[in-house]
Amino acid sequence: MSYQIGLDVGSTTIKVVVLGEQGEILYKSYERHLSRVRSLALQKIESLKDLLDGHELRIAVTGSAGLGLAKEGGIPFVQEVFATAGAVKRYEPDTDVVIELGGEDAKIIFLQGALEERMNGTCAGGTGAFIDQMASLLNVDLQTLDNLSLKHNKIYPIASRCGVFAKTDIQPLINQGAQKENIAASIFQAVVDQTIAGLAQGRPIQGKVLFLGGPLSFLHGLQQRFVETLKLDSAHAVFPALAPYYIALGAALYCEDSRQCYTYEELRDTLKRVSEIKLVPQGMSPLFESKEEYDQFLERHHQSSVPTADLSSYHGKAYLGVDAGSTTTKTVLISEDNALLYQDYVNNLGNPIDAVLRQLKEIGAKAPEDLKIAGVAVTGYGEDLIKNAFHADFGVVETIAHFTAAKYFEPDVDFIIDIGGQDMKCFKIYNNSIDGILLNEACSSGCGSFIETFAKSLGYEIKEFAKIGLFAEHPVDLGSRCTVFMNSSVKQAQKNGATVEDISAGLAASVVKNALYKVIRAKSPEDIGEHIVVQGGTFLNDAVLRCFEKELGRNVIRPQIAGLMGAYGAALYAKAHTKGESTLLSKHELDSFTHTSKAVTCNGCTNHCSLTVNTFSDGSRFIAGNRCERPVTGTAQTTHLPDMIEYKYNRLTEIANDRHPGPRGQIGLPFALNMYENLPFWHAFFTSLGFEVIVSGRSSKKLYMLGQNTIPSDTVCYPAKLVHGHIRRLIEQGVQTIFYPCMSYNFDEKISDNCYNCPVVAYYPELISANIDFPQGTKFLYPYITMNDRKVFQEHMLACLNEAGYGVTKGEMETAAAKAYEAYENYKEENKQAVQYALNYAREHHCKTIVVGGRPYHIDPEINHGLNKLFTSLGFVVVTGDCISQISSKEQTNILNQWTYHARMYSAAKFVLTAKNTEMVQLVSFGCGLDAITTDEIRDILQEGGKLYTQIKIDEIDNLGAAKIRIRSLLAAMEERGE
Amino acid sequence: MARDRNPAEFTKEMRKTHTILVPMMLPIHFKIIEQVLIQYGYHVKVLETDGRRVVDEGVKNVHNDTCYPALLVIGQMIDALKSGEYDPDKTALMITQTGGGCRASNYIYLLRKALKQSGFENVPVISINFANLGNKSGFALTPSLLMRLLYAVLYGDLILWLSNQCKPYEKNKGDTNQMIDKWVKELCRQLSSLSFIRTGTNYRRIVEDFASIPRVKAHKPRVGVVGEIYMKYAPLGNNHLEDFLIAEGAEPVVSGVLDFLMYCLKNNVVDVDLYGQKRGRKALCNTALAIVQHWQNKMIKAVKKYSNFRAPTPFSELVTLVDGFIGMGTKMGEGWLLTAEMLELIHSGVNNIVSAQPFGCLPNHIIAKGMSRKVKDRYPQANIVAVDYDPSATPINQENRLKLMLANAKLAEEMENTPKMVAKPLVDMSEPNQEKQPVKQA
Repeated sequence: MSYQIGLDVGSTTIKVVVLGEQGEILYKSYERHLSRVRSLALQKIESLKDLLDGHELRIAVTGSAGLGLAKEGGIPFVQEVFATAGAVKRYEPDTDVVIELGGEDAKIIFLQGALEERMNGTCAGGTGAFIDQMASLLNVDLQTLDNLSLKHNKIYPIASRCGVFAKTDIQPLINQGAQKENIAASIFQAVVDQTIAGLAQGRPIQGKVLFLGGPLSFLHGLQQRFVETLKLDSAHAVFPALAPYYIALGAALYCEDSRQCYTYEELRDTLKRVSEIKLVPQGMSPLFESKEEYDQFLERHHQSSVPTADLSSYHGKAYLGVDAGSTTTKTVLISEDNALLYQDYVNNLGNPIDAVLRQLKEIGAKAPEDLKIAGVAVTGYGEDLIKNAFHADFGVVETIAHFTAAKYFEPDVDFIIDIGGQDMKCFKIYNNSIDGILLNEACSSGCGSFIETFAKSLGYEIKEFAKIGLFAEHPVDLGSRCTVFMNSSVKQAQKNGATVEDISAGLAASVVKNALYKVIRAKSPEDIGEHIVVQGGTFLNDAVLRCFEKELGRNVIRPQIAGLMGAYGAALYAKAHTKGESTLLSKHELDSFTHTSKAVTCNGCTNHCSLTVNTFSDGSRFIAGNRCERPVTGTAQTTHLPDMIEYKYNRLTEIANDRHPGPRGQIGLPFALNMYENLPFWHAFFTSLGFEVIVSGRSSKKLYMLGQNTIPSDTVCYPAKLVHGHIRRLIEQGVQTIFYPCMSYNFDEKISDNCYNCPVVAYYPELISANIDFPQGTKFLYPYITMNDRKVFQEHMLACLNEAGYGVTKGEMETAAAKAYEAYENYKEENKQAVQYALNYAREHHCKTIVVGGRPYHIDPEINHGLNKLFTSLGFVVVTGDCISQISSKEQTNILNQWTYHARMYSAAKFVLTAKNTEMVQLVSFGCGLDAITTDEIRDILQEGGKLYTQIKIDEIDNLGAAKIRIRSLLAAMEERGE
Repeated sequence: MARDRNPAEFTKEMRKTHTILVPMMLPIHFKIIEQVLIQYGYHVKVLETDGRRVVDEGVKNVHNDTCYPALLVIGQMIDALKSGEYDPDKTALMITQTGGGCRASNYIYLLRKALKQSGFENVPVISINFANLGNKSGFALTPSLLMRLLYAVLYGDLILWLSNQCKPYEKNKGDTNQMIDKWVKELCRQLSSLSFIRTGTNYRRIVEDFASIPRVKAHKPRVGVVGEIYMKYAPLGNNHLEDFLIAEGAEPVVSGVLDFLMYCLKNNVVDVDLYGQKRGRKALCNTALAIVQHWQNKMIKAVKKYSNFRAPTPFSELVTLVDGFIGMGTKMGEGWLLTAEMLELIHSGVNNIVSAQPFGCLPNHIIAKGMSRKVKDRYPQANIVAVDYDPSATPINQENRLKLMLANAKLAEEMENTPKMVAKPLVDMSEPNQEKQPVKQA
């Protein structure tokens, strides 16, 4: 009798299926392999001896982690998506679409019509690993996450493309007190959106849909989100009981025709041989050559300590510092001579208020009657919430808190790097003030929790995991990009025979390399600084610390309280700034303290911010998530500060709303990319020709969703992704002709060597034409146009419109072109005056000014997420770089200055150098390849001129947490410099 | 404030004293080109370094989000300078550039920045390009040198094209590589005199020589490779893609680099039509185009005449394919050429296509990923896989995606061989094309 074995080795689990003669399932199993693939495969077969012995065996291996095993054993291998398709055809033949989520892969298979199999690209959120990561962020296990999600009543928008983005979305929700139930469901919704947008890419998911893979069979909340989003009924959403085994089944079916047969012994021996192959991993040199070396290292670092004192016997004034970080809450109480009276580092379990409450009560219980807390300062993500809840005296920007603490250990400190669980912060210190701030971004995300998650998935506790890496023989080189890449690097290393020890040391090294080469972008140790203080919980891991010193080639200072530096700094700050009394809630008030939070949507304006309303026992409320004061005070906050972003957006909206029915009918313009700046031009042009100009209108998440499934490349920038929604909206409105020109070149403003658009702005219309279905009768006009030669422009527009059947005469064209150019000039003139007004205002009222460098479409509130309101709320006058360039001149650059939009930024940077009280902030859309060039150049221009460089990366994430830290730090730095 | 704008130049005197390092892109072509340059008195060395160190130097010296080819090329050069093998005071660097609206035209500036940061700011950089970007050097691209370089490309293309049709089928492992070496040597010899001009004889001998390699009669799925130009050709970039495909039992189909050259010329012609730039330039480019096309035709004719090898498709035909897919104004990066290459492959029966792209490549959003759907709608049999390359992308993930493409390729062939299994024809050409026809001005 002949049996078929399917062996599916995924990134984290191994699945085995044995099929009998009739195709019946004789055996199936599913377990984590903890990266011991080969020995586990052997064990598995040995344990099935009774079942297999005496039968003719055929076997096929599938799954990316099984590649090495199959290759060296000479065992047939089948690609896993292919295997899945085979199994589905056998077991659920009338399936139309298969959606499969695995540990690190997401796949979709369309079975009807042209068979199409798709896998996620290299940049891949929205998989099992992403859900794991999010669960650990919420500090719950998967089961709990699932149960929570089923009880949700609200979904928040969360970016799922990237774990870092998702974290930046989720963290504030946690800190604002949003319900975990809602966060859990939102995480699942993010996965659903990612699958639909990233994988289906325009092909509709309909008919009978089969859901496969671990997460989709275990997580009911995720199932629910999929079913609801795809609007499937129970007959069309199939969650087979065999779901986790489908790939293994497919592999078993695949070997049906295999001519390679084994007896039990032969198979066992093959696997034995493979598992015994001694692989010599390539690696780096060990972290420590000897135990002695390690001891010296420990000895050296023990020197940086803080004295402690007994809380219960301390009398007098004490100062409290709270660091409400992203996942942990740190609290310290210090004495008049800076000794630690109390310290606590606790995972806040997604609820920072409870954590602080417990800590305060603990201090209250231990402290003698005559201990007086004379000052309280709060820092970190949860600063506002904690400050309001407990009536703390001060809120301190994180950067300042850390700097204050670092100075205590090294008065000459010139560089601080803090690697926490979820984020990384680096500060350069120059002239005793913070000179530059670097935070980790997407694609540079490797932080502490990443090592922790990995340790867990390999079956280790973090402390033990860190320890075993110290003496690894061949620490593996895992690259340094993002966690998704890192996961597959680990797979690759495992394939090459790396041990868990090597991987542990390799992970530590990759976190360090990520910090040095991606976040800090250090060229040399001198570049970083001479007196470096490292801190954050991750540096308590000796392997990470050692790697850092080795990679840098110099010793650094790690305070023993590395994990508490923010809180310690806050306490020092409170001590320095105290007025002798603290407003902190009294012991009595703490005892009766309660807190509730409620999620509401603000309807104050079209932003529709998701608000979290926290109500405390004394009846006071704290609203989080708002961008303006409207929900707090009931009226729009009327800052009179000039805001060019708002001004320009309103001005363009005004033009867009100016509609006149015309004899030539309607023409639709998408309000996106190259249409932003040129709207006045095209509006005047088409209006003159007798068209009624319909502009697609305001961007929103809803509009984005409208076109989401037609986006072919999920790594393109968000502004480009929005175009799909704008076009779809125009189609929905029944506009018969849509105009969206291809433009290799932009207006030549004589401030650059050439006047290109970026490839995406230039040719996105081509992509739209290829990926959006236009209804019968709808014309999509996307001619190649130049504005720099009016004659050529007229010729081409004439040909384009007449080919579309509009019968435009030469005379009409000339008039229209003249009107268009005139309107554009007027618009520019208006901007110039607005800039002048704003700058004069700032000068007269002694306001600080922010020059926002970016693209014209960055004024879209859906793209900048209301950053400008944040700026004005902090007292800045906001002007846009593209308008500043009109009153500045061409900057000499060290790179090729050939894009119109970029040239404006360079010349704006030049302007900033000579402007008082003025700093520049550059907005960068995630995925913008050109900005890899501009950011470095603008940084150089500004820093050479003694200015600060601040960059804010923006994507679809609707959250300003990170931006806020940056801007507040910028403000603090400006104040310290006396600007 | 004065900003440094005086990069080190390659002077005439340096021709004698300096070794010029060139990053490897096309292994066959560059071997020939290296010899040509040496014959012209330049001490040239094509860098064939590989491995992690190159990538690490790139990561250290180039911005995180810069495209992978720039990172590798710059990494390879800095790594070489740091290796101690070359005296930095007697070394120059040479890179090729295409110019245009893609960020790739900034390579030389990025390289100079990286050199400065690594303390090699005195190392001069020579840029070979079509758009005269930063080219004021002691390196003289004389007409006779230019012609030799063009012929090197022409011969290189032929050898590349033929070798891929031999290597997967050779009976004695290594035969094809030996043949490549033989002809690289022979051509280098000829290029030192004028005998390389005798293309007729040479083509015939090359084609017949490759045809004489003993090969098995096997049917292997053919897999076309398109992509960003560096990723398409450079083994360092694409993790030895051609070798991988051969090892997996497929035949790689890799078209020559001459098409890219002609694409660049053609863009100048199109630009004049679209944007009304200098007409003289149009005529010049049209003439150059006609000459190169003539050369290519001659090569194609030789392949057809002297062997059973499939011949490349002439550029003049490639141009016609994109009509209805993408406008020829799309000229950044590989522009419309990449789409044309995909279509050409399908037209010549190669339905399996690997599109090799640097992660986050801007033009590729449009011309590769953006056009895939349209190509698949029109040709449902198209089996296209996009593979992203990146400093941290692992071979295992890339291989897995390639394996899926190959599994589908094999399945498609099986179904073709057993017609009764085919439920319905893959493409029903008789049905009128329902696709909307956008009004197009190009």
